[in-house]
Amino acid sequence: MNGRITHIATNTFREAVRDRVLYNLIAFALLMSGAAVLVGQISIGIERLVVINLGLTAVSLFGVVIAIFIGIGLVSKEIEKRTLYTVLSRPVRRWEFIVGKFFGLTGTLVVNTFFMALGVFAALLYVSRHFQHGDGWILIALYFIVLQFVIIIALALLFSSFSSPLMSAVFAFALFVIGSFSEDLRGFSAMTHGITRVLATGAAYLVPNFSALNVISSVAHEQPVSNHLIFYNTAYALFYAIMAISGSVLIFERRNLK
Amino acid sequence: MSRSRRITIIAGTLLFVSAAASVLLLRRIDHSREAATLQNVLYISSPKTLKHLSLGYQGLLADIYWTRAVQYFGGQQHAAAAQHYELLAPLLEITTALDPKLTVAYEFGANFLAPAPPNGAGEPKKAIELEKYGIENNPDDWHLYYNLGFIYYLELRKYTEAADAFARGSQVPNAHPFLKILAAQMARRGGDAETARMLWSATYQTTKDHDVRANAAAHLRALRVDHDVAELQKAVSIFYNQTGRWPSSFSELESAGLIRGRPIDPLGRPYQLQPDGSVEVANPDDLPFIQSGLPLGYIPPKLPKFLPSD
Repeated sequence: MNGRITHIATNTFREAVRDRVLYNLIAFALLMSGAAVLVGQISIGIERLVVINLGLTAVSLFGVVIAIFIGIGLVSKEIEKRTLYTVLSRPVRRWEFIVGKFFGLTGTLVVNTFFMALGVFAALLYVSRHFQHGDGWILIALYFIVLQFVIIIALALLFSSFSSPLMSAVFAFALFVIGSFSEDLRGFSAMTHGITRVLATGAAYLVPNFSALNVISSVAHEQPVSNHLIFYNTAYALFYAIMAISGSVLIFERRNLK
Repeated sequence: MSRSRRITIIAGTLLFVSAAASVLLLRRIDHSREAATLQNVLYISSPKTLKHLSLGYQGLLADIYWTRAVQYFGGQQHAAAAQHYELLAPLLEITTALDPKLTVAYEFGANFLAPAPPNGAGEPKKAIELEKYGIENNPDDWHLYYNLGFIYYLELRKYTEAADAFARGSQVPNAHPFLKILAAQMARRGGDAETARMLWSATYQTTKDHDVRANAAAHLRALRVDHDVAELQKAVSIFYNQTGRWPSSFSELESAGLIRGRPIDPLGRPYQLQPDGSVEVANPDDLPFIQSGLPLGYIPPKLPKFLPSD
């Protein structure tokens, strides 16, 4: 990574911390400790399951909300505050600005996820008293959640490069919901015929596939995740993110900022 | 080449390459997760919990689960080992619990559950439970009583229960008039071919679904073949008793006045008379469900062949 991208990424991270993004960790800590203490008293036999399901779902949802709401402002806020002109008047290219912003927010979310993961494991240790062999799969689920964030950040950046913050948030959130049902969408398209099939299949492959990145239920049941899936999901998330970032670079390069 | 143009070309190339790569990878992901996907959807197997989790959107969730049931059934049916449908009953249970008014799930779901593999899951009792639950929630839909009677008749050979289901259905406002006839027919002579013909004809005439219609047409053809072969075999036996030898062709039977014209099957193909006097159909693959007229050692295809014209 070149020095200019690193600087923009570092600044984006600092800005997010200054914006008190990491305050969500407090809410998360409260949720996890509350769940860990309460679930043992109100239920039988599913303490571990609840902590894993609730913990990983919260990590995912908190991260998605942060990725969307910070991601959509990455470009538009800089234009609004006119700080973008200061940045671009220096020897910084537009694509470097986009890529730097992407890495900055990704870094923020990786740090955020790391602390949340510590919380999940602490709550798990509290309810189970010891770790089990299958708990290692939780790390894979967390890794997939980070891959989810990578795609959402790239999409938020893409929308942010041509649309207003409100519309960008709507688009990004809608794609997150649709992407979570992408397997069903591909199933629906397989049942159609003719031109509808072509259009539906095209749309089904264009939306991000978040369902394959969600293995929360299976790791909660200590089901292993195949190496193939880890490899394909990693490659898929990276290619999808590259696609979205390339799109935002293309748009941003042509955008009239005057 | 200007810098901006270079960036545009690089970004454009990256966009297309990564879009193609992500589609290819998605296909690989789908392939590697094929078996796991539906197992995963049943981690929450309690319809009650799902209802709460749906935040009031249980109608949409029911539609999704019904689609999953259809896909699962279709996928398993086309799989090489099409003998296992263990997720079908729970998927249908969840679907109907989420939306008890989704009558299509009872109608087709029971048709998926009841027949023996590979045509279905081979779980007629669960199909009956499903239909009864459907009737409980939709007492004014005569189709559900009809389907219930049909399963009792066809899969379990319980003619009294079938007659009762048809009779109850006939009392529903706007019920099709044939339900009364079916109830009477079933009570009088449940097991004969004429009753079967009447039931399949009723299905053929009333269904709007192409697959169900094709299935009914195939069964009607099979009933006709079974009847034709039995009649022809009877004529061959009479010929043998009269002459002491098997007829060499159907023309001999015609000359002897035992049959009229060259016998043809429902698809218009002539029946075959074998040297040992047995009667066979020309192409048994095109006539699924037939019990008579099959060549010796014939192995039927894994899935019944339905004709596109049905």
